[in-house]
Amino acid sequence: MPLTGTGEDGNAALLRSYEQLLVIRRCEERLQRLFAEGEVPGFIHLGVGQEAISVGVMSALGPADTLASTHRGHGHALAKGMPLDGFFAELLARDTGVCRGRGGSMHVADMSIGMLGANGIVGAGLSIATGSALAHKLRKNGQIAVSFFGDGALAEGLLHECGNMAALMKLPLLLVCEANGWSEFSPVSSQIAFDLAKWSEAYGIAYRKIDGNDVVAVAEAAAELTGLIRSGGGPALLTCTTDRWRGHFEGDAQKYRSSDEPAPRDPIVVAGEHLAAAGVATQRLTQIAARVESEIEEAIVAARAAPPARFDAALADVYTAASIGVAI
Amino acid sequence: MAQLRYGAAIGQALADAMQDDPTVVIMGEDIAGAGGSFGITRGLLDKFGPERVIDTPISEAAIAGMAVGAAMSGLKPVLEIMFMDFTTLAMDAMVNQAAKARFMFGAQVSVPMVLRTPHGGGLSAGPQHSQCLEAWFAHVPGLKVVCPSGPANAYGLLRAAIADPDPVVFVEHKGLYAMRDEVPEVLAPIPLGQAAVVRSGEHVTVVAYGAAVALAMQTAEQLASESISVEVIDLQTIQPWDEAAVLASLAKTGHLVVVHEAVEAFGVGAEIAARMAELGFSYLKGPIVRVGAPFMPVPFSAELEATYRPSVSRLIAAVRKALGKE
Ligand SMILES: Cc1ncc(C[n+]2csc(CCOP(=O)(O)OP(=O)(O)O)c2C)c(N)n1
Ligand SMILES: [Mg+2]
Repeated sequence: MPLTGTGEDGNAALLRSYEQLLVIRRCEERLQRLFAEGEVPGFIHLGVGQEAISVGVMSALGPADTLASTHRGHGHALAKGMPLDGFFAELLARDTGVCRGRGGSMHVADMSIGMLGANGIVGAGLSIATGSALAHKLRKNGQIAVSFFGDGALAEGLLHECGNMAALMKLPLLLVCEANGWSEFSPVSSQIAFDLAKWSEAYGIAYRKIDGNDVVAVAEAAAELTGLIRSGGGPALLTCTTDRWRGHFEGDAQKYRSSDEPAPRDPIVVAGEHLAAAGVATQRLTQIAARVESEIEEAIVAARAAPPARFDAALADVYTAASIGVAI
Repeated sequence: MAQLRYGAAIGQALADAMQDDPTVVIMGEDIAGAGGSFGITRGLLDKFGPERVIDTPISEAAIAGMAVGAAMSGLKPVLEIMFMDFTTLAMDAMVNQAAKARFMFGAQVSVPMVLRTPHGGGLSAGPQHSQCLEAWFAHVPGLKVVCPSGPANAYGLLRAAIADPDPVVFVEHKGLYAMRDEVPEVLAPIPLGQAAVVRSGEHVTVVAYGAAVALAMQTAEQLASESISVEVIDLQTIQPWDEAAVLASLAKTGHLVVVHEAVEAFGVGAEIAARMAELGFSYLKGPIVRVGAPFMPVPFSAELEATYRPSVSRLIAAVRKALGKE
C-alpha cells in the first residue's frame, strides 16, 4: 500500500511509518548507550540510518507473512511488530526476553509475528526465507516470505543457490538487499564483481532498485513487487541503497572510513519532509516522538526489573521433549 | 626470555613462515587491509603485498575449496575463518576434499594447507559465535587438529602446521588473544603430535588443551595447598594426540581427568577416556572424569555462559571425584 494519500486519513499510513522509524532509531540509540555502559553484553550491530528499508518493506506485509533477517536485525524485528518489552528484555539477557536471554541481539526472533530470526551467519537467512516461501506455496496460504540481506552477503553461494531455486519453483519470495556499501571493514566494490540487476535478469527475477533512505519510495516498490509475487509471479528482488552510520559493530573504531564521506540522508528527516509536504503539523511529530521515547524507557525499566535468564530452563529447551536414557 | 602476546605470536609465525617460504599465502575475510577481525594479520599486507595477503569476499565454501586446489598446485595456503562457527560453511572442502585427496588419489598428492580459526566463549557472543567444534575435525581421518594454550606454543605449533604436508585445522581461543607470556628468545617450530607436561605431579593427571590449560594450572595450584599433587598435560595437538605422554602420566598417578571447553558428550575427552580405559586399565585407581560444557548450545546471557563454561571449581570437584575424595 502506498504511504501517501490526502487529508488526515491519507496521512495515517505515513504517520505510522514515521513512528516506526522513530521507534527503531530511538531503540538503537538507547542500545548504543546501554552497550557502552556495559548493560548490554555481546556483539551488537546497529542499523542506524537504514530504518526506512525495514519500515517501508513491512508496510507491504501482513502479520502472517514471514521474514528472515541478518546480524543487523533490530529494525526488521521492530518494524514487524516485536514488542519493546520482549526486545529489550532479550538484549538485557532476561528470562522475559523474546528468546529468554539465550540469543541476544544477533538472534532476536518472534515466531508469533512471522519474524524467523536475526542471524549470526551471513547469508543463512536467504535459505531460511526461501524455505519459508516454499511452505507458503505448498500450504497455499497466500502469504509471502522476505529475506533481508546485506550487499556483502552477495558473495555467499547461498544467494545464487536460492535465487535459482526460488525462480525455478516460482516461490513467493521477496529478496531485499540492504546496500549500505560496506561488508564489515571493506567497501562492497572491493568484494562483488556483479550487478544485481543483471543477476536478476539472468534468473528471470523481477527487479527494482530504489533510494532506501526514503520510506515512501521503499513502500511503493515493496507494494509493487509484493503484488507481483502474490499474484503468482515468483520471486522478486528489491535493492535499497542506504548508509551505515555507525561501525560494523558497536566498538568498531572505523579506522578504515574516511572523514570526507558525503553526509547521508536521514530517513527520519526525509519522512518528516513528506509529512510536512502533506500538511502535517510538526507538533504532531513532536507528540509522537515524546510517546515513543517514554514507551522505550518503560520497556527498559521493565527489562531491568525482570528476572534473569535461567540455566535450568535453557538446558530443558535443547530438545522439544525431555531426553531419556540418562543414568543419573 | 622475551614477552609476547598470543595473538602477536600467531602473527609472528605467519610473518616468519611467509618470509621463509614464498609459497605461503594467507587468505580470509578482512585479513589484509583491516588486519583481521581480531587483528592477528595486522601488518602482513604491508610486508608481503596483496598477492600473498588476500582479502576475500564472504565466501567461506569457495575460499576453503580454493585453498585445497591451491595446495594441490604448489602453494601453502593459510586460511582464516573468522569464527570457528563459520567453518560449517567450509566443511565440504575440509572433510570431503582436503582430508581425502592424498588417500583417495593413491598418495599422488598432499594438501599442505592450514585453516586458522578462533573458538570459545566468554564474550556473550551467543550460540553462533562461541562454539568449540574441534572434535568434529579430529573425527575425520586425513585432518590434523592443533590447539595452542599460550604464545610460545601458538608460535611453534603454527610454524609446524604450515610446514606440515597435510591439512591442519589450527584452533585459536578468542579469550587468549590478549594473553601475554614468556617465550624463548629463539622461537622454533614445535612438532605436531607431542604433548607437554606443563606441571609435574604425583596424585592425579589433568589433560587439557587451549584455554583449559590455564584452568588446569590454577586448579593444580589451589589443590597443592591441600597436598593434592596434580600433573598437568597440555595436549597441544588434538589429532594426532600424544597417547604415550598421557599413558606415561597415568602410569605414575593412577588417576585421570580431562578438561575442555567444548561440549563434553562425544568430545575429545571421550576419546582420551576411552583409549586410557583400554590401554591404561591396569594403572587406573579410580574413574576417569571429564569436564566440559553441558549438552546445549552456548547461551548469550553472560550469567548463563559463565555457568556453561568449565571453571576451576568444576575442575576441582572433578579431581576430587577422580580421587574418590568427594
Ligand atoms: C558465514 C559468515 N561469514 C562471515 C561472518 C562475519 N560477518 C558478519 S557481518 C559481515 C559483513 C556483512 O556485510 P553485509 O552483508 O553487507 O551486511 P551489513 O553488515 O553491511 O549490514 C561479516 C563478514 C558471518 N557472520 N557469517
Ligand atoms: Mg553491507
